[in-house]
Amino acid sequence: MRQIDLQKITRVVKELSIEANTIANCDLRDALEKSVSKEVSPVGKAVLGQLLKNQDIAEASKLPICQDTGFTVVYLEIGMDVSFTGGTVKDAVDQGVREGYTEGFLRKSIIKNPLTSPVNTEDNTPAILHIDLVPGDKVQITLMPKGGGSENMSRIKMMKPSDGVPGVRNFILETVKFAGANPCPPIIVGVGVGGTFDYAAYMAKKSLLRKIGERNSDPEIALMETNWLSDVNKLGIGPAGLGGKVTALDLFIDVFPRHIATFPVAVNIQCNAARVKTRIV
Amino acid sequence: MGNEVKRVETPLTEEVIKTLRIGDEVLLSGIIYTARDMAHAQLQEMINNGDELPFNASGSVIYYVGPSPAPVGRVIGSAGPTTSYRMDPFVPAMFEAGMRGMIGKGPRSSKVKDLIVKKCGVYFGATGGAAALLSESIVEAEVIAFEKFGPEALRKLKVNNMPLIVINDCYGGDLYLEGIDKYSEEI
Repeated sequence: MRQIDLQKITRVVKELSIEANTIANCDLRDALEKSVSKEVSPVGKAVLGQLLKNQDIAEASKLPICQDTGFTVVYLEIGMDVSFTGGTVKDAVDQGVREGYTEGFLRKSIIKNPLTSPVNTEDNTPAILHIDLVPGDKVQITLMPKGGGSENMSRIKMMKPSDGVPGVRNFILETVKFAGANPCPPIIVGVGVGGTFDYAAYMAKKSLLRKIGERNSDPEIALMETNWLSDVNKLGIGPAGLGGKVTALDLFIDVFPRHIATFPVAVNIQCNAARVKTRIV
Repeated sequence: MGNEVKRVETPLTEEVIKTLRIGDEVLLSGIIYTARDMAHAQLQEMINNGDELPFNASGSVIYYVGPSPAPVGRVIGSAGPTTSYRMDPFVPAMFEAGMRGMIGKGPRSSKVKDLIVKKCGVYFGATGGAAALLSESIVEAEVIAFEKFGPEALRKLKVNNMPLIVINDCYGGDLYLEGIDKYSEEI
């Protein structure tokens, strides 16, 4: 067994909180740069230019790319040959969020109890924590600060099995159209199909961890991703919703077996400040 | 961006608002106030009770934003717009109090759009996600009410050439609808 002090996990979560919120990933930057030439609307082009300039300012000034530094979603892949010392994994992750959001001057956006205690927790905890056990003696930590505006435009539908593939496509297009300018386009569309009610939503969000351009390994699904991305980009919403051809930078679909009676489809929308950072301990 | 760039100063007057058309790029300067969900609920209650507001609302511009904390050496952190539809229910009371302009992102309800025409107001869009860039145009910031709400407190900001675009003008125009009409294709 490899022993890992949980203080190390806290430190990495803290660092990833700050890095994710202030330094844009290369894939996002490249996709935005390429989208400038695809955009035909002059206003749309100008908005894309603003977003690129914004990333430069954020990185140089250590300011958050977006003031909404999100709900901190953390994915831990823990090797089964790892044993932790010094507390619990959940506390270690929350402590990392607490330190990162405080020391990094990131916004604290979490309300303690929506029903009984509508006050800010003041340190952006708790994180949303997903844990997977995997072979090996490493821990992979992935952190995604997820903003409220794009989360609000995300939807789930328990379709009839007879709705099938056209039903999934229609639901995706309806969701993006309904979202319009609200989730800060150009967006990234994350889709989860199958599993249970909750698992479809889990898959939709987890698909957003992919790098832009990374296709589903199943060629049939990969084709749906590219075709439906092209459909989304015909909706005319455009950068900042001001009209244009670049409504989404990518569309990811993840699937899981379904029950004979159900056909869940979840669409989780990611904003133009798509923030994800990963580190292996 | 699209049309000519217009320099506009606050407080807004009817005369100036009537010169603004959808798609106009605006550089806004002067004093504006920040308020989002919780501050609006408080303001509406004060307006309904006939209480004095913590700022002069006459001709005012409200920016829907919850900024990130100011790091050392800066007046404010990142400060991009939040989604405006959540503030739609409070717009009638705010217009009643004297507000003339709003800054946010995303479409407004038909009721709000009607009020913009009736009350001679304007809705500006700021680019969602361009929060660090927008913070560069903020030269002074001060919490003037509801400090306990943290990012949702009411702030007085002094802005200098804040880059905005007119989304809804006092003639009933809607840039979001026009954009989709212009650029959508058959699927």
